Amino acid sequence: MSINWFKYSAPTTFYPLAGKMVPWFAWLAGLCTLFGLYWGFFETPSILSDQKQYYRIIFIHVPAAWMSMWLYVVMVCWALAGLIFNTRLSYMMASALAPTGAIMTFLALVTGAIWGKTSWGTWWDWDPRMTSELILLFMYVGYMALQSAIDDPRRADRASALLAVVGLVCVPVIFWSVNCPDPNQCAALHQRSSMANVEKNILTAMFTMTFAFWMYCFAIVLMRARNIILARESNTTWVAEMIEAEK
Amino acid sequence: MSVAEFFSMGGYGTFIWSSFGVTLVLIVGEIIAVRQQHRTILQRLGRMMRLNAEVEK
Repeated sequence: MSINWFKYSAPTTFYPLAGKMVPWFAWLAGLCTLFGLYWGFFETPSILSDQKQYYRIIFIHVPAAWMSMWLYVVMVCWALAGLIFNTRLSYMMASALAPTGAIMTFLALVTGAIWGKTSWGTWWDWDPRMTSELILLFMYVGYMALQSAIDDPRRADRASALLAVVGLVCVPVIFWSVNCPDPNQCAALHQRSSMANVEKNILTAMFTMTFAFWMYCFAIVLMRARNIILARESNTTWVAEMIEAEK
Repeated sequence: MSVAEFFSMGGYGTFIWSSFGVTLVLIVGEIIAVRQQHRTILQRLGRMMRLNAEVEK
């Protein structure tokens, strides 16, 4: 069996397909959020009695931080696909990802600052991971700014795609920028940690919330991609026919 | 555990609930913005099509 993948790279077929997928991702995101929050707040009591409860910020801080990096990688993949194959949809997907990526990065920074205030006594420090995450936020904002600054959409797509590819250098830096192997010797917010040391119920809630964030990102990015397709293809016959049919 | 105890989160309630609050506001805001954008585009397209239809008459 052979599937013609390029069929789905055409906005004409992708638009209705994305529309069908959005509710599924949205429901999955909602259900997982409910489960994750329930587990995170009610199924972890025994370890709470003597521990400081601010660790619960982990249930949004870690998913947001992971999404901020993951969405950037996905955005660069679409940008590269656009640069190589010159397909319209690739660029549209890349620009649909940027605002959500920026929001996730912002959330990771804000929840991190709040956490930092409680556990470390300061809102901000130039910890390597925080600094590179801040640069990632600037990359997202720069990508969006560059795209809106160039009037010709095709040139805007190519220029911003190139910027996105260059900015990919941030992601491995964020991932590996842990400069404090032993928390007893230095005070860094981000220490080298292993999954084995984290309590099982906390991990369950954290991974469920990560999955929920992931599904939410799928849903909202597809919704935004549909908007971009509509706006950019507004003078084509298929859009006219579709709107006519929906009346 | 009482409700008040739950919300105080061992004295860290402000920090925890503001974190979750910011997240909720941004995500709900993003959903509203994208849906609003969708409606605006459809309205504009509808207007354009009506104009075209009138020109063709």
